Amino acid sequence: MLSYLKDYKKEAILAPLFKMLEASFELFVPLVVADLIDVGIGNGNHSYVIRMGLLLILLGIVGLVSAITAQYFSAKAAVGFATKLRHALFSHIQSLSYTELDTIGTNTLITRMTSDINQVQNGVNLTLRLLLRSPFIVFGAMIMAFTVDAKAALVFVVAIPLLAIVVFGIMLISMPLYKKVQAALDKILGRTRENLSGVRVIRAFCQEDKEIVSFTEENNTLSDLQVFVGKISALMNPLTYIIVNGALIVLLYIGAIRVDTAIITQGAVVALVNYMSQILTELVKLANLIIQLTKAVACGKRVSAVMAIENSQQWEETVKELETDSKNAVVFDHVSLTYAGAGEESLTDIDFVAPKGTTVGIIGGTGSGKSSVVNLIPRFYDATKGTVSLFGKDVTTYDKETLRNQIGIVPQKAVLFAGTIRENLCWGNENATDEDLWKALETAQALDFVKEKRGQLDFEVTQGGKNLSGGQRQRLTIARALVRNPRVLILDDSASALDYATDAKLRMAIRNLQKNMTVFIVSQRAASIMHADQILVLDDGNMVGKGTHEELLQTNEVYQEIYYSQFPKA
Amino acid sequence: MKKSIMKKVLSYIGKYKIFLFLSIFFAALSVALTLYIPILTGSAVDCILGPQQVDFTALMQILGKMGIIILITALIQWLMNTCNNKMTYRIVRDIREEAFHKMQKLPISYIDSHSHGDIVSRIIADVDQFSDGLLMGFTQFFTGVVTIIGTLLFMISINPVVAILVVVLTPVSFLIANFVAKRTFQMSKLMSQIRGEQTAYIDEMIGNEKIVQAFGQESKANEKFDEINGRLQNASVRAIFFSSITNPSTRFVNSLVYAVVGVTGAFLAIKGRMTVGQLSSFLSYANQYTKPFNEISGVVTELQNALACAERVFEFMEQEPQIPDKENALQLSNPAGKVTLEDVSFSYVENQKLIEHIHLEVKPGQRVAIVGPTGCGKTTVINLLMRFYDVNSGSIKVEGTDIRDMTRKSLRTSYGMVLQETWLKSGTIKDNIVMGKPDATMEEVIAAAKASHAHSFIKRLPKGYDTVIGEDGGSLSQGQKQLLCITRVMLCLPPMLILDEATSSIDTRTEIRIQKAFATLMQGRTSFIVAHRLSTIREADTILVMKDGNIIEQGNHETLLAQNGFYANLYNSQYQG
Repeated sequence: MLSYLKDYKKEAILAPLFKMLEASFELFVPLVVADLIDVGIGNGNHSYVIRMGLLLILLGIVGLVSAITAQYFSAKAAVGFATKLRHALFSHIQSLSYTELDTIGTNTLITRMTSDINQVQNGVNLTLRLLLRSPFIVFGAMIMAFTVDAKAALVFVVAIPLLAIVVFGIMLISMPLYKKVQAALDKILGRTRENLSGVRVIRAFCQEDKEIVSFTEENNTLSDLQVFVGKISALMNPLTYIIVNGALIVLLYIGAIRVDTAIITQGAVVALVNYMSQILTELVKLANLIIQLTKAVACGKRVSAVMAIENSQQWEETVKELETDSKNAVVFDHVSLTYAGAGEESLTDIDFVAPKGTTVGIIGGTGSGKSSVVNLIPRFYDATKGTVSLFGKDVTTYDKETLRNQIGIVPQKAVLFAGTIRENLCWGNENATDEDLWKALETAQALDFVKEKRGQLDFEVTQGGKNLSGGQRQRLTIARALVRNPRVLILDDSASALDYATDAKLRMAIRNLQKNMTVFIVSQRAASIMHADQILVLDDGNMVGKGTHEELLQTNEVYQEIYYSQFPKA
Repeated sequence: MKKSIMKKVLSYIGKYKIFLFLSIFFAALSVALTLYIPILTGSAVDCILGPQQVDFTALMQILGKMGIIILITALIQWLMNTCNNKMTYRIVRDIREEAFHKMQKLPISYIDSHSHGDIVSRIIADVDQFSDGLLMGFTQFFTGVVTIIGTLLFMISINPVVAILVVVLTPVSFLIANFVAKRTFQMSKLMSQIRGEQTAYIDEMIGNEKIVQAFGQESKANEKFDEINGRLQNASVRAIFFSSITNPSTRFVNSLVYAVVGVTGAFLAIKGRMTVGQLSSFLSYANQYTKPFNEISGVVTELQNALACAERVFEFMEQEPQIPDKENALQLSNPAGKVTLEDVSFSYVENQKLIEHIHLEVKPGQRVAIVGPTGCGKTTVINLLMRFYDVNSGSIKVEGTDIRDMTRKSLRTSYGMVLQETWLKSGTIKDNIVMGKPDATMEEVIAAAKASHAHSFIKRLPKGYDTVIGEDGGSLSQGQKQLLCITRVMLCLPPMLILDEATSSIDTRTEIRIQKAFATLMQGRTSFIVAHRLSTIREADTILVMKDGNIIEQGNHETLLAQNGFYANLYNSQYQG
């Protein structure tokens, strides 16, 4: 994951370097003070005292300049890193196939894209600033102590590993706990989203109070977990405090013996004490840093877990020309489909030929696999047995763009995006002229209401198309698919929110439009598909009938049942 | 504005006053003890004057004292941190809980017209950012302030002259911190704002990733995302860099103070008015005295960030809630089902007329079918009947009482509603079915599922009724989801029904049975059906034919056909195409 820091190599190296520069100037301070005591006060030398004072100020100025430089580089590197990572994750998600999207779930993806990456950004920023600086001061202080008096410095040698054990021990214990905290946070995030999307049902069933109870429960769990982890993390400061100050006592004692036997001076003891207190302040920072880092690493792992998910679908890289003179548009050759993680086949042995320019109706019960059939054509999923061919070639031999550009799909769920109607329609074909758009709108029976909207094509659709009715949304999604001028048009139960009259006009308009276009209509309504050239009747993943309306009405029991439920015999 | 946000934050602390006081008490104690150590160290240094001049008995006494103090300090520090943690996380919990409460009380029009991603980001991410700032604030602010006061007292007790020098120099630290903080606030706000925009975009695109891919929009989505991401990058670098200037600047002021104390102290020591031990105590005080300023200024910038987030959270919390139920609101119980619409007008947007002057009287047990071309305002009628939206003028009455004069709860539980857009919550199948009747027994649940023909598919799920379904129904098909929504209503059998194209994606074979079940259900129950199926419409007592927000024809199937108007046209069109 750190490879996203590559472009900010310069900043990522310079930031800690400048921090270390600042730190080394800080390390000189106790030595200057020791001289101030031993030489300045010892000899009563006023001008020496002033010189040392100025030296301290100079060290301060140099420290300031290097620190600000370091902060700049580290902010730039950390933000740049997070920006790249976010970009990479976003485009990675764009490349995942439906199968992966089904398994991960969108909630998780959204938290990982937002709050997790923010935590990682903070982590990188702090790391660049402090991770090198703190140990540098800790060990630097130890080395400086050795230059003062090797024997007294042995106290540092014992104290520092002890500190390390405490700091890293607490880190190891709290790391997995922070993961749990994140999971709990995910849960309340999910509930919040759910409550927004289902607000009508929740209020209709007066579930507000019950939802509040569940939320409160989950919120409490999260809060309790946070408090618990907080308790463990709160051990860090007191424990390090004991170690450092214990070491100080020993240091004073040993110092006293060394001074008594005239090995070191009083000033040197003060210098040693100062180094010890530098270690303490630095360790407090390090401890805080490590808490932040534990969080960041946990979040980083969650992000890289998504990055590690590989696309299960292989696509041809080389562009393949379409053989438009092929007689058949779509051919299913004994196709079966088993979804990832499912035990049973969702489609079994589907076999049919759709000649170019014909209309295929697919009808069947809930969960009979109608959508699964059409999802195989643009390769949203891959057949697990048999082959699906488009214009005479196996769909898996096409590159992604060529294949999907041929197909206009209108999904069951009418989803529009924030932006103008024009922008939404241009999803189908970004080069479409206004004239093309109006033509598509006319076919989709959306002309009238778009004309009435303020700004017409420039009418702003809000997120999810919430300022349009279900039927309006659905017709716009149909227009979106038509703008593409596709060779294969798939209407996946996409007239469900339309009344019969509009539905009928729509089908008529599409039929008038189609010359070379092959149309698949998935529907529950017999009226929507009865005029198709070929009707496929599905039942529980099996194709139980194939033929025209008249043929099926004569011979097919399932079709008869469906038809007569909607058109009762007079 | 900053002050009022702070005031609101403080009002949340109220409940945790005990922790706050304990925390302040512990902070004071721990600081006093911490500050005592340099004095002891100084005295110890003064025991170590030079070769053969070390007073070991006094030294040992001092060191023993130090040992005890250190242990007590450590304990108190831990207690203080624990108090702070508890207080912060509890406050965050309270805010989230209140925000969630608020969400349930907001008018549906607010939720319809705001990006869900942005609302979620306020309740989750902003509160989180805010908690990080708050936690840092509490832990460091108090110790900081107390350390400053304590150090000052100790310094004055050792040497007032040097102490005054330190006091005069330190305000510079404050000035710098203040200067930076002011500039940072706007930048953090901008960062937070762009972040919200990005979250909304992520929510929209990733939430509908399948459609993005179906239209090959991956690269376009990437482009737009990168554009927002780029703006976020610029804003973040600025906000983060400027807020991080505070620390080095105040640290520089420290160095100044340190140098001045060193030089002055040395002069005094040469004159013999101060010992070397006292100078060493002073120097470590000078360090400790200014370090809290660093921390406090660090905290201040951190708080700026937190406050910018808090502002967004409170902005959400302060949205006008839906009009509360009247104090003496009627509890509608077991209504017979008489519904009257008197001169009802309504529109979502001012000046954009939608429904105008509708009159309708529905007798108990009547079946009302609402038909008309798409977008004619059929679903709006549901919004009004359920009081998701309030009428602009006129009134809707149930049993002769204006629905605005009764509790929403009693009104809504009197209706059974199945919407065109199915919605299931994550949880088990059973959880979803018992929404309207939480105390239903398993037998009742199964009976309802059988009646709505959902039992057979539920039975086949891995864990039957206890199968956990993911967000938005997870792997269930559209029709299965719809069946569950119908079962939900079937279970609680409310006296009135609203069906919004309820059966449109259910396969026709089960539909026959469902329609039979519905017929039983509708027996003696007033029902409103937005339907396209002519068989349903034909059986209705009253058919409302709507066009452009108005009821243009009203009557039963036969009379409407006889009129040979809009309805007749609509009906005949079924056989075309």
